[in-house]
Amino acid sequence: MTKGRIELRFGELKAEDRPALVAFVMAGDPDSETALDIVKALPGAGADVIELGMPFSDPMADGPAVQLAGQRALKAGQTMAKTLDLVRRFRDADGDTPIVLMGYYNPIYSYGNERFLDDAAAAGVDGLIIVDLPPEADDELCLPALARGLNFIRLATPTTDDRRLPAVLANTSGFVYYVSITGITGSAAPDTAKVAAAVGRIKRHTALPVAVGFGVKTAAQAAAIGATADGVVVGSAIVDAVRTSLDEDCRATASTVDAVVGLVRQLRGGIDAARREIAEKAG
Amino acid sequence: MTVAPNTFRAGPDERGFFGLFGGRFVAETLMPLILDLQKAWDEAKHDPAFRSELAGLSAHYAGRPSPLYFAERLSAHLGGAKIYLKRDELNHTGSHKINNTLGQILLARRMGKSRIIAETGAGQHGVATATVCARYGLPCVVYMGETDVERQKPNVFRMKLLGAEIVPVSAGAGTLKDAMNEALRDWVTNVETTYYLIGTAAGPHPYPEMVRDFQSVIGTEAKEQIMVAEGRLPDAVVACVGGGSNAIGLFHPFLDDADIAIYGVEAGGRGLDGDEHCASLNAGRPGVLHGNRTYLLQDGDGQILEGHSISAGLDYPGIGPEHSWLKESGRVTYVPATDDEALDAFQLCTKLEGIIPALEPAHALAHVMKLAPTMDKDQIIVMNMCGRGDKDVFAVAGHLGVEM
Repeated sequence: MTKGRIELRFGELKAEDRPALVAFVMAGDPDSETALDIVKALPGAGADVIELGMPFSDPMADGPAVQLAGQRALKAGQTMAKTLDLVRRFRDADGDTPIVLMGYYNPIYSYGNERFLDDAAAAGVDGLIIVDLPPEADDELCLPALARGLNFIRLATPTTDDRRLPAVLANTSGFVYYVSITGITGSAAPDTAKVAAAVGRIKRHTALPVAVGFGVKTAAQAAAIGATADGVVVGSAIVDAVRTSLDEDCRATASTVDAVVGLVRQLRGGIDAARREIAEKAG
Repeated sequence: MTVAPNTFRAGPDERGFFGLFGGRFVAETLMPLILDLQKAWDEAKHDPAFRSELAGLSAHYAGRPSPLYFAERLSAHLGGAKIYLKRDELNHTGSHKINNTLGQILLARRMGKSRIIAETGAGQHGVATATVCARYGLPCVVYMGETDVERQKPNVFRMKLLGAEIVPVSAGAGTLKDAMNEALRDWVTNVETTYYLIGTAAGPHPYPEMVRDFQSVIGTEAKEQIMVAEGRLPDAVVACVGGGSNAIGLFHPFLDDADIAIYGVEAGGRGLDGDEHCASLNAGRPGVLHGNRTYLLQDGDGQILEGHSISAGLDYPGIGPEHSWLKESGRVTYVPATDDEALDAFQLCTKLEGIIPALEPAHALAHVMKLAPTMDKDQIIVMNMCGRGDKDVFAVAGHLGVEM
């Protein structure tokens, strides 16, 4: 089987000894056209992997920032078809940057699992993160996704103990997403030492890259996490940058795309500086 | 074509499914705890000490068994079947909810949890949870939609008196669905210490089974009581369904008695033509929300709709998964009753029987009012009067245009 974009990208980064910056944005936030402009600008700003949220009315694992982003997108008329179209249009211009769709099961189930997987693969989606599909439900979407060459990226959490970890990792591909806290997205800042220990624990069970997310907001935090993890996921801080750039009617302004680009550049700079320091100390 | 199974009482399977419905669709953070809960529940339900402790509390704290009462004037007024009311509104805290919260608080204690959270719509489950938390000295946080906080003020104050912290939820329409989202967010954050005491027979496995088993005391008692009163089983049983815990509690012991017609009554709101109802089984389609696959009110893109009901306790766009399966298997008939029909039933029962029903069972009664006249005078209906209407008198006054 040929290597997918996710595997290639993490391979390149490993060769360069750089952690991946995984940038989360919500499809359709604040509207589908601006969201496409934001996604198109992410690779140039320093994002290595794009995590694209599929908005859902009831995002049980998300904190206020991502909840609001989803509500803005739905209010602006975002649908699953539009989200897949966004990926297709991005893919026309960028054949290399991996795109992972993240969200909840019901909008997919409603669209039709088979139809969704076919359309996502055709649009150029590389992987899926579905919050409410644990390994116990692998026959629902995970196995059919793998059969189509899509990666299914699993969340491992502080409550996933060594006994359970093999089951969580069994059908995981692309990378493992370590949730740095017990909690919802964008809440408490993770404890870097605990995260480093957890990343080490997961790596004893798998050769896959481990990216860390939930609660990573600043360049300094991203740098600290990126010192040990193969990737750093930033979401709430980015969708918050979208929010603060909007006008009072929640519409995009001239500064919306720049606000995201500016933040992603800072995060990139922080991560790269941290790795350089480690390399210099070691060298 | 659906082939009737040998028994309707065998579910769920080991993965928590009732046919297509149910399951465990939760975030990984919760999954280990859900499996712990499953284990604790499997042990507890077979432990004579657990069962006897619960039976003692049911008798001496909650006041079980609740009476089965022949509603003589209501029966005569409707001119058909004899109507029996299972008086679960007489339980401590005023509804069937205490049956479940007593069971789950004992389980939470067995699991060594030190903090209890719950969601509530009408506030009945919130009150029943706050009550058992007071009884066992455990801190209690109740999530309640802002809209419901407003329309269920008496229950909000009761919960506060009982020592619970009420967290109003402003997301969405500020009703039960939004409260449940927020409770799940709390749980995922405080998973090590916290027990989520779900109030209805929904959510991830094992909750639907566990809540049903705690509530089945309703149907088990009713079955024995009607045998004493009439020497035979009823021809029909009727209960309202929001999430569906009182209904599954009444229905489950009767499911394999093939001659008994079973009716679940959904909130028809302002009618099923528009979106202002909560009739997920009659107007929804299968989807996945709050940890289980079940019938949901949703738009064409899988976004969950808010729904509407005059009754906060029925104002939920989903339904327990076992009901979805019972609908598809054809064993139970699910029908809607509108806000107006429920208001009429509320007043009729109050005037004829001196029993003020909650707006939730008023929906069940609205269907009984349609059903009883079509039946013979020697036929029998058992309806679950699952809650008392004290909490609703202010809201009903508003709907009837009365200043208080």
